[in-house]
Amino acid sequence: MSAPLLSVRGLTAFYGDFQALFGVDLDLARGGCVAIIGANGAGKTTLMRTICGIARADQGEILLDGAPIHGLPAPEVLRRGVAMVPEGRKLFPSLSVEENLQIGAHERRGNGAWTLEAIYDLFPVLKERRRNPGTALSGGQQQMVAIGRALMSNPEVLLCDEISLGLAPVVIRDIYAAVPRIREAGTAIVVVEQDIGQALKIADHVHCMMEGRVTLSGRPSELSREAIHDAYFGVTHDLA
Amino acid sequence: MIWLDTLAQGILLGGLYALFAAGLSLVFGIMRLVNLAHGDLIVLGAYVILVMVSVTGLNPFLAATLALPVMFGFGMLLQTHLFNRVLGEDILPPLLVTFGLSVVLQNVLLETFSADSQKLSMGPVEAVGVPVGPVTLGLVPLATLGSAVAVIAALNLLFYRTKLGRAFRATSDDATTVQLMGIYPARIFSVATGIALMVATLAALYLGARANFDPTIGPARLLYAFEAVIIGGLGSLWGTLAGGLVIGVAQATGAAIRPEWQILAGHAAFVAVLLFRPRGLFPRAND
Repeated sequence: MSAPLLSVRGLTAFYGDFQALFGVDLDLARGGCVAIIGANGAGKTTLMRTICGIARADQGEILLDGAPIHGLPAPEVLRRGVAMVPEGRKLFPSLSVEENLQIGAHERRGNGAWTLEAIYDLFPVLKERRRNPGTALSGGQQQMVAIGRALMSNPEVLLCDEISLGLAPVVIRDIYAAVPRIREAGTAIVVVEQDIGQALKIADHVHCMMEGRVTLSGRPSELSREAIHDAYFGVTHDLA
Repeated sequence: MIWLDTLAQGILLGGLYALFAAGLSLVFGIMRLVNLAHGDLIVLGAYVILVMVSVTGLNPFLAATLALPVMFGFGMLLQTHLFNRVLGEDILPPLLVTFGLSVVLQNVLLETFSADSQKLSMGPVEAVGVPVGPVTLGLVPLATLGSAVAVIAALNLLFYRTKLGRAFRATSDDATTVQLMGIYPARIFSVATGIALMVATLAALYLGARANFDPTIGPARLLYAFEAVIIGGLGSLWGTLAGGLVIGVAQATGAAIRPEWQILAGHAAFVAVLLFRPRGLFPRAND
């Protein structure tokens, strides 16, 4: 197996005063897709925020193409090739849809596949509404802008934090339909999801987190529904 | 006829107040920093121009072009090494720091240049009047208003037509998320303060050309600037111009009725606008 593109080793991090991650390990292959599932408070968002540099790692290491990126500020992590779609979308209210996309290219890496036209091709509805304020769009369309904005830097790794949260099933389906195209363009993806079915459908590898630890890992085809259920809800079986 | 002249003089005076306020508005709009030293920084700009005039022998207008990059650099240093250290959720530390800076600047200027009044002498151009219909307007006050309009227009172009302006607006919206776009908020803030001090230097040029100045007049300029920003609507650049004009016209009208009412009339107009439009004339939609 070739060396992973993104490798997280023994990551420990705090959310405020509370320890949120306890020695988390994660590997992402080039062009691959990893899903992280878990209930609220499992540490998924802290993991994403630590990888992208918004939160500081306390211990452990994060390697991108073998080079350490832990401890780097978020703008430098982006420059190295890790872009983030934050939870809650976090569009800029003062900017139009197009400007929200353009600011994603503020620190554009090389001449990659992701141009404004490529984003409009991926999400055609955004082209029709490009002059509107970003925050005037529906939740699903805002999520498309947030994904497009992150892609505009031409990242090697796209971190997606809870991109289906609060959206209707039909909208979630439309958004997840873009994932294969993003991977075809060579961008590897880490998806944080509470929707287990969606995560199993798109990912090559699934990690289930609970209370800051990875409690179950494997390929979707290898994981039984019961094992995922137990890991997700922290069920332990007494051995008689 | 007298009232027409009063109105015209008020509008021209408003141009100066708009210049005082533009830098304050810019900094508040981007980083929500209320800079209590802004008036003293304008006075500092006037002294920098004065030094340039005495060192180079140039006309104050040309000397100001040398002062602009100096003040830009000073603004960046000030933001990088002082203001950025105290910016955060709590608005009190930056208020205290800028208040302290105001006191320090006044005293440094007092020690360096004494309490004597100074003026930037423009030469014969000061006496030139331009007949506009039934009234005659001074060339320097006209240039002041023209500069104010040009500065506000240029800042609007910068904000809404450039990559830097986009970064300014996004940083103002969300200084955490903007880091995910590869932008360092602290650097954006430093550039913004540098630009604000360039605008303050332009204001200083016309302040020094119109009247005497000394190290202690900063706080009163700050008050006019504040009133203009708040009348216009916090963070709105064209609103700031409108706010400056409202104060200028009110002061000129007050002075026309009774000379000692000039300052009072400006403050009364400020209170009146706040009573009827508490968020100012042109508030930003997302404030």
